[in-house]
Amino acid sequence: MTAGPTDAGAAPLLEARGVTVEFLTRAGHAARALDGVDLSVQPGEVLALVGESGSGKTTLARTLMGLQRPTRGQVLLEGRPLDYSARGLRSYRRRVQMVLQDAAGALNPRQNVYESVAEGIRLHGRAKSDDQGRSEAELVAAAMSDAGLRPPEKLFLRFPHELSGGQKQRVLIAGALALRPELLLADEPVSSLDASIRGEILALLLKLRQELGMGVVVVTHDLGLAWNIADRIAVMYLGRVVECGTTEEVLIAPRHPYTKALLSVVPEIEGLEPVVLTGEIPDPTRIPAGCRFHPRCPALADGTAERADVAGACRTEPLEVLPGTGEHRTACHLDRVMSSTPR
Amino acid sequence: MTSASETVRLTPAQVARQRRAAALRRTWTSFRRHRSGLFGLALLTFFVAVALLAPVLADAQGLEVTKATGGVLEPPSREYWLGTDENGRSILTLLIWGARISLFVGLLATLISMVIGTFIGLSSGFFEGWPARLLYRVTEWFLVIPFVPLAIVLASILGRSLINIVIVIGVTSWASTALLIRSQTLSIKERPYVERAQVLGAGRWHQMSRHVLPNVMPMVFANTTLTVALAILAETTLSFLGLGDPTRVSWGSMLDDAFTVGAMTTGAWWYIVPPGVCVVLVVLAFTLVGQALEEVFNPRLRERA
Amino acid sequence: MTETGAATELLAMRDVRVTYQTSEGPLPAVRGVDLVVRRGEVVGVAGESGCGKSTLVSTVLRLQPKDAEVEGAVEVLGDDVQTMKWGDLRALRWAGASIVFQGALHSLNPVQRVGRQIAEPIGVHEPGLSTDAVDRRVSELLEQVGLSASRARSYPHQLSGGQKQRVMIAMALACRPQLIVADEPTTALDVMVQAQILDLLRALVRDLDVGLMIISHDLSVLADICDRVLVMYAGRVVESGTAAEVFADPKHPYTAALSGAFPRIGDQAARYSPGGLAGDPPDPRSLPDGCSFAPRCPRVVERCTSAEPPLADVGGRPVACIRAGEP
Repeated sequence: MTAGPTDAGAAPLLEARGVTVEFLTRAGHAARALDGVDLSVQPGEVLALVGESGSGKTTLARTLMGLQRPTRGQVLLEGRPLDYSARGLRSYRRRVQMVLQDAAGALNPRQNVYESVAEGIRLHGRAKSDDQGRSEAELVAAAMSDAGLRPPEKLFLRFPHELSGGQKQRVLIAGALALRPELLLADEPVSSLDASIRGEILALLLKLRQELGMGVVVVTHDLGLAWNIADRIAVMYLGRVVECGTTEEVLIAPRHPYTKALLSVVPEIEGLEPVVLTGEIPDPTRIPAGCRFHPRCPALADGTAERADVAGACRTEPLEVLPGTGEHRTACHLDRVMSSTPR
Repeated sequence: MTSASETVRLTPAQVARQRRAAALRRTWTSFRRHRSGLFGLALLTFFVAVALLAPVLADAQGLEVTKATGGVLEPPSREYWLGTDENGRSILTLLIWGARISLFVGLLATLISMVIGTFIGLSSGFFEGWPARLLYRVTEWFLVIPFVPLAIVLASILGRSLINIVIVIGVTSWASTALLIRSQTLSIKERPYVERAQVLGAGRWHQMSRHVLPNVMPMVFANTTLTVALAILAETTLSFLGLGDPTRVSWGSMLDDAFTVGAMTTGAWWYIVPPGVCVVLVVLAFTLVGQALEEVFNPRLRERA
Repeated sequence: MTETGAATELLAMRDVRVTYQTSEGPLPAVRGVDLVVRRGEVVGVAGESGCGKSTLVSTVLRLQPKDAEVEGAVEVLGDDVQTMKWGDLRALRWAGASIVFQGALHSLNPVQRVGRQIAEPIGVHEPGLSTDAVDRRVSELLEQVGLSASRARSYPHQLSGGQKQRVMIAMALACRPQLIVADEPTTALDVMVQAQILDLLRALVRDLDVGLMIISHDLSVLADICDRVLVMYAGRVVESGTAAEVFADPKHPYTAALSGAFPRIGDQAARYSPGGLAGDPPDPRSLPDGCSFAPRCPRVVERCTSAEPPLADVGGRPVACIRAGEP
């Protein structure tokens, strides 16, 4: 297996500690999009943030990118808290890059491919500081061929509307790669792409990890994608991580009822009785008391929690924030009881 | 990767030049599809040519009252194609030289209005906080003040000269442009590509100058041509009200003079109709070109076309 | 086609070809598609953007753009849609068949309560109906799609994506159509909501005994809900069969790639090796010689480029690949 370094002893590259993000809604209610998230990313690791819309996964990625300032908590790069001054963010963004959701809209329609890819190089003066003395055009060409756009020169003068969806996504990846980041955040990198293009982009992310040692945090609602490329998975629900662990642990032996339900409705998995949860994630102005998942929890509804004598706790006792280590953990009263008793 | 760097022959400057040329070609191709825009452009070219060639087309001496050769308010004849005014000057000569002043005032006032409008619109749309809100209030304030009284007050304070007329028109007409630019800016700054620039490490200035401004510029451009039309009308209005520069002949001052001598009541239609028609045609030309440009540059309108 | 067969055929397309006349020459979007949807049956069409599936959908109710030329027969409830009179077509559009379009989530009128939007087609179709009767029907429809009747008073912005999709389905059911066509009904939705919508569609087909044609780029969704699946590439059907067969044992290399794009969780072969294809679908204006899939095909050989392979029987179902029978 070519899994990246996931041993818990290594110092994490990027860390979120108790990150909370609150918004004020139009009506004046405080909405807690993130409610205390601990997360760590090791160098060269592929981590998948999985959840439905409304789970806070995109807010978390934006917070990790410094686009969103946490109301409480910290984002740390190699143990140092993120500096939110203009200069601090600039140097941070040289090391951590992001590919935004919506590849179609993330390219300036008036900039051609060359200019879009060269933007980061110019902003950071990369052409002046290149260790091999390469010119700007050479750096652009190199980043584009790394992103699988070959030959790059043919595409230099194309405008976004002249590119296919897959090509746009590659141009965005090339623009981020040109800065040689140590970590790439990718928000739903393939959700808007056709099925046959999807594999190529995912393979590209894996190849970049292998060749450049770049870590990847991929935000997705697609568990199959996580199975394809992730070393580790963090499942999010309503602003919290509810289960995390290695991909095998989380997807083959899920312990949180929410993860189990999510897995059961993936159409490809045969043999699992689909547990279709009713309703959708509640809105973050009204986070339920106790376990935030309890109103939709199938284990509470079918009496499993009652039999394990945790139903009361589910409804009233809040759960602790999961530590961002590599171990397989869940934020679930039922699982705490189940995994401590020998099965 | 080595093969890639060997084949790179284009420098970024060449790339940029090629891109600009391509963009220009594309704009022209889609502009050409608007028949009314083309008609406006032809009309405009005609008037600009007349204004530029005025010294060739008509002797400047024909403007001086003391050197007038014709009779008082002569109807059109072989010698004076469009007749003469109350001083015996050729209306055609006045019209040709008046084109210069009218276009000059229109263009320069528009330039002033555009610079103010773009700056204020962009700043009040892109930035947040009280300075932006203040700019927005000022814009609204200028928008609701009726143009004519304000212009009259300004013109009488500043005095009657050509450059003052330009300033008065420029300073009173930027508000609608600022509002348009502001609304465009508000929408464009939310586009994902502006956020992408931020992710790449761009500051506010870079985001505004490289991403918001270039995407707002086409609208500014289209709006400019419409504003020219308004500025020319404004010049005509001010001159007609007797607030123009008394030493220069413009279409507006011609109309003013025509009314003063009672051309209307004496049936000297040749004194009123030609400058009036010219104003209408130039305003029409700028409006047609402006509308066509708006459609070319505004993707939403383009889809419908 | 036997008499009894025709009676249950809600939709029958025979050798349908659609060509757009563009300023850059003719663009063949659909190049010969045969398709039948029967009562109580769910038929899936799989394919990517640009493969012609949305154009195909538009011909069902003659909604294709003016510059599109349609050849072949499109029969809905036994009548040819492309040649029928306007009045008949209108009747058909209201009550015979309805389409839930792609991106329908954005096509709700934002300033009108959803109840009124559902009621609108009912009022036009059955003008004699009293207001009370229409309201009752709207409540029924909302409950049928799993929303409470009180939702009729909501505005679209008060609904989530899944709820809006349910409203769209309620609108499609308003005049009791016999055939429903859904273009990418779950694309913008989360997995859990997708599962809810698929459950709903399955229940509707079972309870109302209608025919459902469903279009998606996600083969796994189709495998989940459909009885039969057709796979389209560059305007043609390249493989068809029962959903289970097509998904589990794809014969055409393109179907295999689509099926591999969404991995089976637990399949070790897919760990760190996402399945997919190189390149983009071809431009319909300049299709490659021979098999249009050849430039992207992992199994391509020289004779693939000589002629476009016809749909031929391979292991009991039609596949358009000359190497499909090979091991």
